[in-house]
Amino acid sequence: MLEDLLKAVKDRFNDGILHHDKESKREELFKCPRCRVDTTVEEFEKNIKICPNCNYHSRINWQERLAYTADYGSFREFDRDMTSRNPIEYPDYDKKLKELKEKYKLNDGVVTGCCTVRGYQIVLGIMDSAFMMASMGSVAGEKITRAFEYATEHKLPLVMFTASGGARMQEGIISLMQMAKTSGAVARFNHAGGLYITVLTDPTTGGVTASFASLGDVIIAEPKVLVGFAGRRVIQDTIRQQLPDDFQSAEYLLSHGFVDIIVDRKNMRNTLSLLMKLHSYKEGV
Amino acid sequence: MKLLSASEKLSLIRITTRPTVNDYIPLIFSDFTELHGDRCFGDDNAVMGGIAFFNSMPVTVIAQVKGRNLEENKRSNFSMPHPEGYRKALRLAKQAEKFNRPVICLVDTPGAFCGIDAEKRGQGEAIAKNLMEFMTLKVPIISVVLGEGGSGGALALAVCDELAMLENAIYSVISPRGFASIIWKDPSKESEAANLMKITAADLLRFGVCDKIIDEPPGGAHNDCQLTASNISEYIHDAIERLSSKEPDLLLDERYQKYRKIGMFNE
Ligand SMILES: [Zn+2]
Repeated sequence: MLEDLLKAVKDRFNDGILHHDKESKREELFKCPRCRVDTTVEEFEKNIKICPNCNYHSRINWQERLAYTADYGSFREFDRDMTSRNPIEYPDYDKKLKELKEKYKLNDGVVTGCCTVRGYQIVLGIMDSAFMMASMGSVAGEKITRAFEYATEHKLPLVMFTASGGARMQEGIISLMQMAKTSGAVARFNHAGGLYITVLTDPTTGGVTASFASLGDVIIAEPKVLVGFAGRRVIQDTIRQQLPDDFQSAEYLLSHGFVDIIVDRKNMRNTLSLLMKLHSYKEGV
Repeated sequence: MKLLSASEKLSLIRITTRPTVNDYIPLIFSDFTELHGDRCFGDDNAVMGGIAFFNSMPVTVIAQVKGRNLEENKRSNFSMPHPEGYRKALRLAKQAEKFNRPVICLVDTPGAFCGIDAEKRGQGEAIAKNLMEFMTLKVPIISVVLGEGGSGGALALAVCDELAMLENAIYSVISPRGFASIIWKDPSKESEAANLMKITAADLLRFGVCDKIIDEPPGGAHNDCQLTASNISEYIHDAIERLSSKEPDLLLDERYQKYRKIGMFNE
């Protein structure tokens, strides 16, 4: 099953993102940021980027996420061509965006669209932290808001895989306002009775934690991922004391009441489709 | 009068004699009755809330508390709220909705507090909840930025129908100091950051984030607190008049659109 998924990703997105030289991969090591145990990159990738030692669910790109989540071939992307302008005329922001667009073949850190999951129609959002830590500026704010508006209009559930460094500072106050804008869109979706599921992935922080990521009817997290409002370093600098090891982990949030369920990547489709069923959504409608 | 740069404004609003909500509230409102606690965890002194008369109309006041000296600042955690501060604000906003009175938020914070307890009690969730709930609160919400409007910690009291800023106030996605330390790894470059970030009331008016700039006396609010308070009062009076005649549906729709349209992108 997992092998199939992995193959599907490779077949569909054989654009260099996942393609490495076989030889070097055998020697390259993945050092787990949680348990600090080394694994060969080959084994790590075969295990769909989950640490085989401690089950830390590492970052994956949006294509991989899509392949692990949606029914094959069902995804239709929204607003693919949307790109950010430079509202505060931040030096070299345009240049930086252009470079990243070329590097990742992606216009910003969030991809939205609709698809089916085990036959259930949903609106899906995926944040890809490779693109400027998927920080939220005008594009993320607008795409996410439109996704909620589309889901409201079509009475579809919405699933959002969050990952973000927070607000995009290069867009100044405009980026802060995206927190209000997206939270407003969630409010309207809620009033219309839609089901909103957030899946917190590594890392979800700052202004995204303090807006739509924390507002799901059901909040799922992948194991061992980092979720928090303030950065670890900022806190350490403020309080000048050692932070607990599990601080801001998915498990920490669960035990403090801010996450509903921790779900393994391998079971995500099961859990999502079951939640659709439990909320009386119908397959294939 | 000479126009001040963002970094000059930053220095000006840090003058220790700059008036705080403790100065303004008695001058703008009468019979302010403070209400404490979030009914959940505790009472956060960084956020002060209560009911008062504005002229003869009952209003709910929610204010971030900068201290005027070290002792006051220790008490109010330098105006950096914990989650219970935001939850108290939301509780009082909901109470205002029940009794159909406008909510006046006075914003003055470098940002939400960053610490272990704040994370443990869900700082992100508390702010997010306020953004969502304030968006659909069925009474007028007016926010005034008095000094520093820092980050999500300010926004949690600034989802509103109208936002005004004192002439020298700033409002930013992150404090200039935080910006400098993240971008340049050097917090001492906060003046440069301030000048780069476009954070003055005039900038924000241009972006459509701020709706009105409230004049300060020459040299800044500290030179005449009374006059500044009366300018704020005049603005609140006008804003309430503009907003209170609106049907709730229209009010909420306009509030949603106010934020909905902010963003600069090509497609
Ligand atoms: Zn590990």
